[in-house]
Amino acid sequence: MGNYDMTGWPQVAYTYDGTFDGFLTCVYESYVHRERAAAFSAPGQAQISLYPGRPVETHPEHARRVRQSLPRRLSPRGARLVTYGFLTALPDREQSLYDFLALGFRRGPSVLHDLTDQRVFVLDRAVKHLTGEAHLLKGFIRFSDQSGVLVAEIEPKNRVLPLLRTHFCARYPSEAFVIYDRTHREALFYRPGEWAIVPLENFRAAGPDKSERDWRALWRRFYHTVSIEGRYNPRCRMTHMPKRYWGCMTEFQTEDTERPALPQRPE
Amino acid sequence: MELMDKLTILTDAAKYDAACTSSGLDRAGRPGTMGSTMAAGCCHSFSADGRCISLLKVLLTNRCIYDCQYCVNRRSNDVRRTAFTPRELCELTIGFYRRNYIEGLFLSSAVWGSPDKTTELMIETLRLLREEYAFGGYIHAKAIPGAAPLLTHRLGLLADRLSVNIELPSEQSLGLLAPDKAKTSILTPMAQIRDGIAASKGELALSRKAPKFAPAGQSTQMIVGATPETDFQILRLTEGLYKKYQLKRVFFSAYMPVSNSKLLPAPQGFKPPLLREHRLYQADWLLRFYHFEASELLDEAHPNFNPLVDPKCSWALAHPEFFPVEVNTADYEVLLRVPGVGVTSARRILSARRWGALTFAGLKKLGVVLKRAQYFLTCSGKTAEGLRVKEDGILRHLVALERPMLSREAPEQLSLFEETG
Repeated sequence: MGNYDMTGWPQVAYTYDGTFDGFLTCVYESYVHRERAAAFSAPGQAQISLYPGRPVETHPEHARRVRQSLPRRLSPRGARLVTYGFLTALPDREQSLYDFLALGFRRGPSVLHDLTDQRVFVLDRAVKHLTGEAHLLKGFIRFSDQSGVLVAEIEPKNRVLPLLRTHFCARYPSEAFVIYDRTHREALFYRPGEWAIVPLENFRAAGPDKSERDWRALWRRFYHTVSIEGRYNPRCRMTHMPKRYWGCMTEFQTEDTERPALPQRPE
Repeated sequence: MELMDKLTILTDAAKYDAACTSSGLDRAGRPGTMGSTMAAGCCHSFSADGRCISLLKVLLTNRCIYDCQYCVNRRSNDVRRTAFTPRELCELTIGFYRRNYIEGLFLSSAVWGSPDKTTELMIETLRLLREEYAFGGYIHAKAIPGAAPLLTHRLGLLADRLSVNIELPSEQSLGLLAPDKAKTSILTPMAQIRDGIAASKGELALSRKAPKFAPAGQSTQMIVGATPETDFQILRLTEGLYKKYQLKRVFFSAYMPVSNSKLLPAPQGFKPPLLREHRLYQADWLLRFYHFEASELLDEAHPNFNPLVDPKCSWALAHPEFFPVEVNTADYEVLLRVPGVGVTSARRILSARRWGALTFAGLKKLGVVLKRAQYFLTCSGKTAEGLRVKEDGILRHLVALERPMLSREAPEQLSLFEETG
């Protein structure tokens, strides 16, 4: 990969398998074949492109080479921006990442300071949204005890599970727990000593038993009692805790609200 | 009594305490334990009043020997009394913590029997929680003024943060409304905790295994609006507490009418001074993160904050000679003084301008709030496009920006004590 000036490289549209390694393989292919990615499409996001399409098969070794080059060429912070960037809900996520990488490979680690450049700004803002959402969910996630296993469901915009993993594994080292991401249909499984994040098309928590219902009632009582009536301020609450999180939170459910089943995924 | 009733009574009795942060300490969980802490703190929910719920905030008991007029738990108040057993409280904490409802426990108490007896019960609860339940989450404990120093020390070895409430912003008010608590009995444990933290840090530097005393520091709170102190007095006191007692936080709590005492504002028609509390918090941030001094924000001639604009804008409008600030050359400390520029955006300005001259469009991307900042900045000598305002016009614009917040409450309440103060 000697020459990083892309002017004059032909533009292509990549089709890949939607994984991070798959994306990194596309980046590898782009530089090896001296062609510029102008569009990406992964399974489930069919795209019509004006550019000649090229399917890319994920190649772990090529992906590894690109991944290992990131901290060196972009600094560890830059590498983090890229790996986190892939988890964001950014529209045109792959293209934004690719454009950032193209800029970064040319200019080096200092590109991270150039926050007014649109390519850096867009990615940086998306990653802030991701880390912000992960931070909120560290607080807002609610577990239920199901025969000794802690079970939680979330509906985040970004793919936050990899960011939540370290936090919750450190928080409950001796517990077994599951966090199910209803938006991206993935689950984080943990039991002492091991963890896994796996795709999971359908997941349905069992109903609460007597003891679990008692705990929920105690929490709801605490939640409503601790509020000071004379300071009632629903707008302030909504600013700090947007309504889209409420659906998965114990304090906003009544005793017999059941979570609705997941809608069928559109084909 | 049922646990549900106890929880209700002892939450209700604790809710007027403002502090509910779980910040100041990073600690990962260890195998065989439960719980971790994070330096940034973590809000687990927000109650209908918009306040963060981070910790299980309850009293050990609301049985009290004192009769402080401003306090809902005063001896003479006719409310239901109860107490948790240490084990009940541990079960509650663990049950809530496992479900991720809370970040830890905020244990406070009314003074039951004597300060020593109360503190001993608190120690017993925390010891059980830390040792038997192997709890590694956050614990904030109230030190009880008047307790033996040795007991306060033991409390601090189990808790992450300690606090002693200063209660009211002046000695006269304290003498009037809390005759059982002398100022010295509040400041003595505060000084003891400060010295304990310093000593513990010194020992930790020598040995990693030295016991940690209140590793997340010390905080305090005071009630605002129950007594006639001015904002200037309160802010100077706050500054003194940060400097002399190395506090992590000073919390302000707008007085809620909980008493018919002649010494306090009549509860009928009283509105808690929420906007005033908000302005004090804004000023508190200026002291802690923006290199401001209390005497820059207020003085004897202007002892109270302008309800219409925030303290930073207020300072900026009073110091036209300081502005405009040139974004591309100004120092960090200077940038921090510009309304609409925060700690993060000031750092990002320093970082981004190494790449080339910044423009107003670029500033927006860095997170600068141009609605405020545009009046006080130039980019390479140029002011914001289309900006044509005279100085008196700036105030009007800035006030307009705050209108949504101001409309929620009448600012009249702020002048409650103007005559007496």
